[in-house]
Amino acid sequence: MAADNDVIVGLEVHVQLNRLKSKMFCGCSTAYHDSPPNSHTCPVCLGLPGSLPVLNRRAVESGIKVGLALNCRIEENTLFYRKNYYYPDLPKGFQISQYDFPLATKGQVLIKGEDGERKIRITRAHLEEDPGRLVHAGTIDKAKYTMVDYNRCGMPLLEVVTEPDMRSPKEARIFLDKLKSILDYLDVFDGALEGAMRVDANISLKGGDRAEVKNISSFKGVEKALSYEITRQRNMRRRGMGVIQETRHYDELRGITVSIRSKEQAHDYRYFPEPDLVPLRVADLVPAIRASLPELPDARRDRFREEYGVADDHAKSLTSEIKVADFFESVASRAPPKLAAAWIADVLKGELNYRDAGIDRFSPDDMVEILRLLSEGRISDAAAVSVIREILDHGGSPAQVVEALGLAKAGDDVVLQAVRFAVSDCVEAVSDYRKGNERALNFIVGQVMKRTKGRADPGEAHRLVVEEIERSQG
Amino acid sequence: MLTGLKRDLASGSAEEYLECLFERIEKSKLNAFNALSKEAALEKARKFDRSPWGGLLAGIPIAIKDGISTKGIETTCSSSILRGYVPPYDAHVIERLKAEGAIIMGKTNMDEFAMGTSTETSCFGPSRNPWDVDRVPGGSSGGSAAAVAGGEAPCALGSDTGGSVRCPASFCGIVGLKPTYGLVSRYGLISYANSLEQIGPLTRSVEDSALLLEVISGHDPRDSTSAEKGQYLSGVRDEISGLRLGVPREYFGEGVDPAVEKSVWDAISVLEELGASWREVSLPHTKYALAAYYIIAMSEASSNLARFDGLRYGRRTGEDRDWHTTFSKVRSAGFGKETKRRILLGTYALSAGYYGRYYLKALQVRTLIKQDFERTLADVDLLVSPTMPFPAFRIGERIDDPLSLYMADVFTVPINLAGVPAISLPCGFAGHLPIGLQLIGRHFEEDLLLRAARSFEEATPHHLRMPEVA
Ligand SMILES: [Zn+2]
Repeated sequence: MAADNDVIVGLEVHVQLNRLKSKMFCGCSTAYHDSPPNSHTCPVCLGLPGSLPVLNRRAVESGIKVGLALNCRIEENTLFYRKNYYYPDLPKGFQISQYDFPLATKGQVLIKGEDGERKIRITRAHLEEDPGRLVHAGTIDKAKYTMVDYNRCGMPLLEVVTEPDMRSPKEARIFLDKLKSILDYLDVFDGALEGAMRVDANISLKGGDRAEVKNISSFKGVEKALSYEITRQRNMRRRGMGVIQETRHYDELRGITVSIRSKEQAHDYRYFPEPDLVPLRVADLVPAIRASLPELPDARRDRFREEYGVADDHAKSLTSEIKVADFFESVASRAPPKLAAAWIADVLKGELNYRDAGIDRFSPDDMVEILRLLSEGRISDAAAVSVIREILDHGGSPAQVVEALGLAKAGDDVVLQAVRFAVSDCVEAVSDYRKGNERALNFIVGQVMKRTKGRADPGEAHRLVVEEIERSQG
Repeated sequence: MLTGLKRDLASGSAEEYLECLFERIEKSKLNAFNALSKEAALEKARKFDRSPWGGLLAGIPIAIKDGISTKGIETTCSSSILRGYVPPYDAHVIERLKAEGAIIMGKTNMDEFAMGTSTETSCFGPSRNPWDVDRVPGGSSGGSAAAVAGGEAPCALGSDTGGSVRCPASFCGIVGLKPTYGLVSRYGLISYANSLEQIGPLTRSVEDSALLLEVISGHDPRDSTSAEKGQYLSGVRDEISGLRLGVPREYFGEGVDPAVEKSVWDAISVLEELGASWREVSLPHTKYALAAYYIIAMSEASSNLARFDGLRYGRRTGEDRDWHTTFSKVRSAGFGKETKRRILLGTYALSAGYYGRYYLKALQVRTLIKQDFERTLADVDLLVSPTMPFPAFRIGERIDDPLSLYMADVFTVPINLAGVPAISLPCGFAGHLPIGLQLIGRHFEEDLLLRAARSFEEATPHHLRMPEVA
């Protein structure tokens, strides 16, 4: 689906700053993901009467980092507000968030949209605390009872709000991938953890009211929810009905969006400055943080192209995750860079994806060794793939695997001998080939591979077979 | 007085002293306490008697306002919505008291969530004034003041959001101090209006007040608004000659009981004899203080009290349908009338379309009032005024007329808006009812405030008079 000019999409992305050691306003650990419910709590994040919030300065630093990476302006002073609303997962009856004077404003990110480069403007990025988590006994609408887990409560969240600058679900996805990549580079969050990134998507057709689809937890979900909404809103329009401005819920299982009862959305949040926190001057923090910003994905991609002569699609694939980019550079310093790029981007990443594994499952040293064996002609491409698979599945070093599986390329005379045997053996096939049946050659090459237990290079074997047939003819 | 008591306890028996107090409380008509920590306190006293420990408050029993969190002791804010809530942690001030050797006696009655001037909004019924049991002890820390004045506790802590320590001190004829905003950590104080309130001591003497302040003040990393402390005990007996006093014109005249006005002027004369000079000053924005105060306090309260939804503490009523209904039912049943009034008014003031008209305007007034004090206190060292415009009123006399009740706070709320420290101490009687003198100081100049108060106390007999209550 190409970008439609009448589709307008804006996003609010909630990023859990889960690389921080402690929560937003208390000392509780953020490493709750494998812990029993309500084991990472204290009077502050439980909102017990009399408890007071204390701002985690590191969260502010992380927020500034992200703001700068998104080309935002960082405010001189920042302020926290109370966002007042009732919900069972919200222990204080308000969420400490930001309103006026958010940490970062007016940024922008360039993405490769469906019709070329597109600028996505960032309205603001602000800090807030995560509410707890409701665990329903059954589905949300039929649950007999609901339990609350406050482990997540008070987790530092950064909310990134965009202008409605995306023109298709695909572009929303591209933006989110890009944002995730930037956050990954800044080392402020671990995208693999449950609930690390949650998206609210606003979507409308030009001239129509917008719907907000809340709390979508996967990028694929965002794309699907938006596509569903476009169809729904188009149909409404076709039937002469207007789209109602409302909040909708994305039902991941059914792949549809449903309206949330209006009672829960009639909010007047009654924002007012949080009296228990003092205004924070952040301007002074900015220079040091700016100086410490790492090279970001776009810059690194450009550099990979220029410095290593790597193809652009390889450069893009290698730089979307910082660990992969680091891996590549470690290998490229000791092996031919273009060869390294192709093998890492095209083969290794695929094998890792297939196994749902990260790059840390493979050592750069092993990759260097495999590339050395390849360049020296000691293993074939096919054998190299086997080595990678074997190391991922059963471990071992490249040398051990090559040895154990007998993957070393056979010596020239062994191959030549196999070729001679095959040509003299397969009389019928040779005669077919001479009559012009090219395909008969495949059978002979197959015999060579069989005799060499696959260690011959198929291309090389093909060439030798042709030579041998021509020689035996003359 | 506490210093003497400390000496007596070290040589005598803390257990016997505590038993006397508990006996007195159990027979008392004052209804000063919501909960007693009798067993734990007596156990601690026995330990103390076996091997006395040191500390600024070694062995001293103390009563705590029920809005301050005490680990293991039910803490209700005198609200039925919090009945049964036992905090799993101690407020900062409780940690400090314990670290200096004090023994927590129990929790004192108050206006529900500190919203009141009389303790009449308490779900446990009003406390009574030891000088006249048909009258209110003042509020909201009325239980603490009644306990100290009635001889049921040698000292107590209260909290002061708009006069809640000074008003009951004034009505009960004892000393009540509201420290500079930020001097005492609020960690563990159940918030009514965060930007206004401070925990403060209620004592029989100024020196006792200085001693308690010495213990409870100081920076606490858990309260982002808390500051470093000064020295309060060492200079409290110094002289005050050369002290410049300001008498704010707006704090006298209309609405002030003539007996109160006379006592305060007498007090000014006493201070003059002690070497101070005085002049009239003006705090021109005083007339807007009450309105600004109530808007800010109610707005903050409406948000602070949102957490009482019955989900984790407080009372669940009947069967649940959906959470909207349950929250509404719990809150309707659990909050008293005055609390509901303030939540509703605060919610209204913060609502879209009204925020600018009320809340923002109130903040602007607050700034002007703060400037009034800063300007005036640049030329004088302390301000002198009545604490309350009148002595203790009768129980039931004003409770059905919230506006007249709010008016009683007219001389105390500007101090909270400005964040400056103030103390109330006995300066005379209207008939059998005590009158309080209010001294107001510069930010973080509690030392000077206490020194002036102590000089006055030394020169006058009012604090020595005791009520004849059983
Ligand atoms: Zn916590």
